[in-house]
Amino acid sequence: MNASTETSYELLEQDGLETSLLEVSMGPHHPSTHGVFRMDVKLDGETVVDLQPVFGYLHRNHEKLAENMSYLANMPFTDRLDYFNSMTNNWAYALAAEQLVEIEIPERAEYLRVIMAELTRLVNHVALVGFFVNDLGALGTPLLYAFREREKILDLFEQASGARMMCNYFRFGGLRCDVTEDWLDECRRVVDRFPAFLDEYEQLLSENEIILSRTQGVGNLSSELAINAGITGPMLRASGVSYDLRKVDQYGIYDRFKFRVPYTDGDVGDCYDRFMIRMLEMRESIKILKQALADIPEGDIIGKAPKVFKPKPAETYGRVEGPKGELGFYLIADGTPKPYRYRVRPPSLINLTVLRDMCIGQKIADTVVILGSIDIVLGEVDR
Amino acid sequence: MSGVSFESVLEQFPGTKWDEAAGAVIAPLGQARAVAEWLFGQGVDYCSNVTGVDYLEREVKEKITNDDGETETITRTESGRVDVVYHLYSMRDQAGPLVLKQRTSRDNAEAESLTPVWRSCDLQEREVYDLFGVNFKGHPNQRRIMMWDEFEGHPMRRDYTEPFDHEWEPTPHNEVLEKHQRGKVII
Repeated sequence: MNASTETSYELLEQDGLETSLLEVSMGPHHPSTHGVFRMDVKLDGETVVDLQPVFGYLHRNHEKLAENMSYLANMPFTDRLDYFNSMTNNWAYALAAEQLVEIEIPERAEYLRVIMAELTRLVNHVALVGFFVNDLGALGTPLLYAFREREKILDLFEQASGARMMCNYFRFGGLRCDVTEDWLDECRRVVDRFPAFLDEYEQLLSENEIILSRTQGVGNLSSELAINAGITGPMLRASGVSYDLRKVDQYGIYDRFKFRVPYTDGDVGDCYDRFMIRMLEMRESIKILKQALADIPEGDIIGKAPKVFKPKPAETYGRVEGPKGELGFYLIADGTPKPYRYRVRPPSLINLTVLRDMCIGQKIADTVVILGSIDIVLGEVDR
Repeated sequence: MSGVSFESVLEQFPGTKWDEAAGAVIAPLGQARAVAEWLFGQGVDYCSNVTGVDYLEREVKEKITNDDGETETITRTESGRVDVVYHLYSMRDQAGPLVLKQRTSRDNAEAESLTPVWRSCDLQEREVYDLFGVNFKGHPNQRRIMMWDEFEGHPMRRDYTEPFDHEWEPTPHNEVLEKHQRGKVII
């Protein structure tokens, strides 16, 4: 059991002069906070003594909105939670809703769901690594390399769904529209070329001396605390816990693919581990994509779903392994076309629980790196 | 599910009840913390999701069979309540979920904080406090999280009404006039 870490602090008198702690409010317009996010930091010189995250600037009560409209009408709103990963948001919501009724999902739709989710993982991780080194001070170039690759995948999303980021592609029981054979060929080309980019990127970054010295031993997170604080996704695995919902729950058709779950061996869990886990995860995603693209069958893309989605009274909790962690939807149906209760379990918000623990004792400049390695999106934190 | 089953919880804590429709263990007030600590000791190390659900007082129609063997419909009033829902998993045993609920009244909503057991409840219980107005006993840092500190009311309550914050209108008419006449709050 880990109660919130208490820090007692005594001010030192130096050369007969009184010293005091400096309170700094970082954000909400600080470029390193990736949106409107604020950290109230107490500093002793350059060292962080206390830190409190402050958010809610983007709060729009997404849950209340969803409770006042039909199940399907809410699908486009899930795109806006974590606007980098609209496909996995859609999937998590569809998965939870499909547990309320019996719908059979066609094979082709299942394969396309996996393909879209893994492409999303590539988009998220490649952008995250770009922003992460951007936070470290490598302004521009690595981020642009990352965005160049991300753009190719966004083009695929655009061809399939009509939108680059707000895809709104999933439906209860399948998908909204089919993809063409040309699309699959283009997707295969993008996937085949991706490892070459990863090699280049990894060569550029992973042995860079500045990155090593800025990230190794910074923001350590023990596995015990990570589990207790509900940390999920790459951040948990970087702390040495092998827990991936694609393996644990095997939702969709993830049991058919051969892939490994990268996790660190030690119990350090520093920023470098979190960076490297993402690089390794991208390679595993490519393995899944190659298998899925080779096996994808012809057929329908949506099962026989009722015109009006009106589940019987029940409660359900559906979760998927999003690129940022466990994304869950908790739904309570009461027999009407609207959900009685709709709740999003946002991985970004819960991963912020340990921000204070990781930052205390570090330098103020390192809080930027630590926050960057958590990978938050404020659309999801604030909802 | 392997690991801890709900039957063992019911056995260990006679005060707890099983809600079949919701698939959840209902912990009575004042016992949730003890249940949580026991579960933690059994290897339920991961609390995934914490949230609140608000139920207004409502009338429920039920079909029952009376003594003569005929079915008849009766109406009974179900009192309002707020549920605090916890979805628990075990990472060690890769098992779950076990749903734990704390049930409390709407007027004086109070629950026991499980943050000392699972840190992941920290921000989420603050959110339940902020949006549902549930007071968590033993929470280390209970403050508003999404809304600002001066905000009044709890927006996720089902009977929440938004405050009257229209701009001043020199010649109010129709809907706006009605709102002005009603006063500060839209009823």
